[in-house]
Amino acid sequence: MSEIAHALIVTGYILSVVLTLAALLTWMERKQSALMQDRIGANRASILGFRAIGLFHIIADSLKMFLKEDFVPARGVRLFHTLAPFISAFCALAIFACIPFGPSLPLGDTTVNLWIFDSDISLLYVLALGSLGIYGIFFAGWSSHNKFAYLGAMRGAAQMLSYEIALGISLIGLIMVYGSLSLNDIVHYQGRQLFGFLPAWGVFLQPLACLIFLTAGIAESKRNPFDMPEGESEIIGYFTEYSSMKFGLFFLADFIEVVVVAALVTVLFFGGWQVPYLQADGFQLPGGTHWELAPLAVGLIQVGAFCAKLFFFCWLQLTIRWTLPRFRYDQLMRLGWQFLLPLSIANILVTGIILVCR
Amino acid sequence: MAKPKLNLLERLYLPEILRGLLITTRHHFANLTVHILHRVGLAKGKRGAVTFQYPEDPRPVARRLRARHRLMKRPDGSTRCVACMMCETICPAHCIYIVADEHPDPRIEKRPKSFDIDLGICVMCGYCVEACPEDAIRMDTYITETSSFTREGMLLTLDDLMNHHNEDNFPKHTSS
Ligand code: SF4
Ligand code: SF4
Repeated sequence: MSEIAHALIVTGYILSVVLTLAALLTWMERKQSALMQDRIGANRASILGFRAIGLFHIIADSLKMFLKEDFVPARGVRLFHTLAPFISAFCALAIFACIPFGPSLPLGDTTVNLWIFDSDISLLYVLALGSLGIYGIFFAGWSSHNKFAYLGAMRGAAQMLSYEIALGISLIGLIMVYGSLSLNDIVHYQGRQLFGFLPAWGVFLQPLACLIFLTAGIAESKRNPFDMPEGESEIIGYFTEYSSMKFGLFFLADFIEVVVVAALVTVLFFGGWQVPYLQADGFQLPGGTHWELAPLAVGLIQVGAFCAKLFFFCWLQLTIRWTLPRFRYDQLMRLGWQFLLPLSIANILVTGIILVCR
Repeated sequence: MAKPKLNLLERLYLPEILRGLLITTRHHFANLTVHILHRVGLAKGKRGAVTFQYPEDPRPVARRLRARHRLMKRPDGSTRCVACMMCETICPAHCIYIVADEHPDPRIEKRPKSFDIDLGICVMCGYCVEACPEDAIRMDTYITETSSFTREGMLLTLDDLMNHHNEDNFPKHTSS
């Protein structure tokens, strides 16, 4: 199989997983919130009388988005107004390029690597693209020529900048432990065991960093406890002047970011595609029991494990989004600068001391 | 208002956040289980949601509910209304329009030639019912779904008032 065909197939696989999950999340968000609040949720869209527990709402929503008028404010800047949703969606999607969705699968006499590229700077690439996402928001707010959109964009930029710092610094402790910036190496490292029984997952090595990363990650994805840039209940946010599929793209980018955060938490802190005690040749339980498995079966279990973890963290984020009330803006800033930032720096110090004394 | 004092654990947020997450998650999975059981025909007595699936599963309405009007009939099928204009006069919304006509029966003075109620203006106050000396107008059809694409469509005529309500409607959806 040629390089290009291989890359295309893997890209197709990853995009289909991510986009399906993102589309599914729009449905899950409505259904899950309904269940949590003792409601029923969207279930009216039907095809030939079939309602499929509301799944057709995804189709109905996207059809509606496509058919609506594409509106650009008269005094807005058309170029940036059009560009903004693309930047948002691009930055969110491009992050998946270096996330390993599974191990190298042996298929016949070739191996399929379930990541698009792997390099020594993957983690920096992820952080860089994550920060570039600000441009989408800022262009949207600025080019709309609308005070509310502008307010939302300002808030978004301030919030993302503040939390980016805590996010980045919380990862430094992790990098010190793993000794690599390559996401693949990080996942491989997490296949080891601590004290002979505990999987060496990031969450056990760096529990504080995991907490900070999850918090800052949710803040980065601009969803409910931190939904200042959007502020449905007050300013509507940076996409006030967006309609049709341009809004749809922002909406989708939002959910893709949920998947991004879920994927990053999985890869960095919860072992990526590693399954506890599953080695390359089968299960090896701490008691010494050994259960032989074919390499392909092992690979498929690990791919499944990654998808399950991804799904779990998406679910967790939705649960958090529908449980916690939103912060006030000053509380948000205080949490970011006076709480998460010092904590993450302290985390680096403690990690460093432990690594030196070990 | 005095702010309640939070103790250290509460100020740390995390335990409280976890507690909240547990509550919502419990609701989530309890309701999910009930819904799944409903799919396979079990746990019929339990409700997984407080939602009423409205058009299919109408809410029970109160007996005293004031809904669309109807005009009562005499045993011979003619209208009981004597076009006394009491209802038209009392109507605070001025939405009843009656044109009187001479009644063929000499013992009854008048009858309505036309009797229109504009539901688009009516405020459902029920004064017309109270005012009627003949108990000719009532608001007990329990028809609450009145909508139309035009303003004219909201006008009830004598014919609508006398004949176009489903008698089955009356007791069924009511709870006393
Ligand atoms: S219910 Fe009130 S507003 Fe409506 S027709 Fe009767 S008197 Fe008029
Ligand atoms: S008050 Fe009664 S009798 Fe008089 S016009 Fe109205 S409906 Fe007819």
